[in-house]
Amino acid sequence: MLRTKRKRAEQAADLLLQSQIGEEERFRDLMRRMVRENKTAAASFVLIVLMVLAAALGPLLTPYGENEMDLLHRLAAPSAEHLLGTDEGGRDVLTRLLYGARVSLLIGVAPALLSLILGAALGVAAGYRGGLTDAVIMRVADVTLAFPSMLLAMVIMYALGGGILNVFLTLTLVNWANVARVVRAQTLKLKNCEFVEAARIIGVSRGRIMRRHILPNCLPTLLVLFTLNIPASILTESSLSFLGLGIQPPNASWGLMINTGRQYLYSAPWLCFAPGAAIMLIVLAFNFLGNGLLDVLDPRMKKQ
Amino acid sequence: MVKRNLARRLVQALIVLTGVTLLIFVMLRIVPGNPVETMMGEHANAETVARMTAEMGLDQPLHVQFFRYISSAVRGDFGTSYSMGKPVSRLIGGAFVNTLILALFAALFAWVVGIACGIFSAVRKNRLPDRLFMGFSLLGISLPVFMAAMFLQYVFAFRLQWLPISGTESWTGFILPAVALGWNSAGQVAQMTRTTLLETLQEDYIDTARAKGRGPFGVLIRHALRNAMLPVLTMMAIQFSGLLSGAVITETVFSINGVGRLMVQAISGRDIPLLQATSLLATTVVILGSLLADCLYSVLDPRIRKEG
Repeated sequence: MLRTKRKRAEQAADLLLQSQIGEEERFRDLMRRMVRENKTAAASFVLIVLMVLAAALGPLLTPYGENEMDLLHRLAAPSAEHLLGTDEGGRDVLTRLLYGARVSLLIGVAPALLSLILGAALGVAAGYRGGLTDAVIMRVADVTLAFPSMLLAMVIMYALGGGILNVFLTLTLVNWANVARVVRAQTLKLKNCEFVEAARIIGVSRGRIMRRHILPNCLPTLLVLFTLNIPASILTESSLSFLGLGIQPPNASWGLMINTGRQYLYSAPWLCFAPGAAIMLIVLAFNFLGNGLLDVLDPRMKKQ
Repeated sequence: MVKRNLARRLVQALIVLTGVTLLIFVMLRIVPGNPVETMMGEHANAETVARMTAEMGLDQPLHVQFFRYISSAVRGDFGTSYSMGKPVSRLIGGAFVNTLILALFAALFAWVVGIACGIFSAVRKNRLPDRLFMGFSLLGISLPVFMAAMFLQYVFAFRLQWLPISGTESWTGFILPAVALGWNSAGQVAQMTRTTLLETLQEDYIDTARAKGRGPFGVLIRHALRNAMLPVLTMMAIQFSGLLSGAVITETVFSINGVGRLMVQAISGRDIPLLQATSLLATTVVILGSLLADCLYSVLDPRIRKEG
């Protein structure tokens, strides 16, 4: 899936280049068109905003504390008092879900952003400088991409140990190569465009050409990659935490909640299914949004 | 031309494989602490630890260790597992069979369901079945594997008691894990089949076939599907290797003794030889898968064959 998406992102970027879109104003128009035409993407965007708000305002929405134990009401089924039931310590599941959303969302966004910056920088450098720089960066990218992402994440987490910061680092190391490859391909095309040549002729420095002329033209593609990297990060983190290799208690992420809730799958299934549904919703929403962005950027797909 | 191309891809794959081996090797060795100390516990005396370290060659410089590892790995010797005390190659051999069966079942499910849904969606484009199937496949892509696995386990094994909860005593034990593992791929295959089939149906030769008087079913199967399957087939080759190496979570949930579960056990036991070999195996499978996909494409598509 990621393969086809990457291909589509590249195609979309090509079309953008050809039609000379890519200026900021036209880009804003595109966004507006997406909201108007693609209702699913628009709805997903609203859902994401709502989830971010819920995570931010968590403490105001619930009367319980994150680690407030109530041993008399352990593993209580969902009821009016506890909308999603309670866990093995009598803690309110909905409350923990809201607090866990902070970690899960942060883990979706931060590594996606970091890998975007790292990947874009290395991709532009590889594409523009060529030669040895290109060879070294791209061979490392090849090796990274040869790993199944979950496996690479597991090995890196083993080397680094658990914890939020290490999860950030791991997910960044897992995702950068993808970005670098796409950005490099774009740079190779842009390098020979007239405006880049013109800049070169009037003596603009290499670094400035990369920063001011090439990178801005990659922005639409980067936006799509960013949107699609977020759900990928959330999924990998939740899988790692599910195996006990990711976020460590007392921090709570949705994946970790499922990990601890697994022992009670048969007596208290809501412990697993509530965070599971939350993960699915957010991943679905980001995927819809990413696809919506792709459709707007790639006019050919609209015909279908 | 084809042969030269193939040789180039083969060399590339070998280079990547060497890189992967080196990366795994270095990553597992930057972990702080002597593995011998971890293995023997807190109360081991310094002398024994030193002797064991020398015996296992862990006191040698890193590059010596690496070449030693490579040269014995090529001969099929991956060392002895720290936590289980058995040769790694024997542990993996047994586990790989289970993983292979699981991946085969999962692939079978994904391909049959995925292609069928894809064809049906393309034929009934933008009507209710299409919407339904495509919504379903998106759900498949977004559902984390562990959720699919636990959901199936809860509903079919615990509630309905149709199938065993875990274990691989009989082949029925593979059904739920295979569906959980293949779910994701089924969604991808369905979407891919639908897209390529729709594109192919707009080609000129389809009109020709229709004009010739072929029935709609014949056109769909003999003319459109055959050409539309190319990208799908390539994707399936890549997917299969993904299934083989991606069974970590499914095997953990359903307690299947496969390579993925072995890897999780290696991590919790801080068992470097085992972790090294399992991750190397999984990555090799993926590299071979994409190599196979490339070959498949050039064999099946005469246009590419000619271009070389």
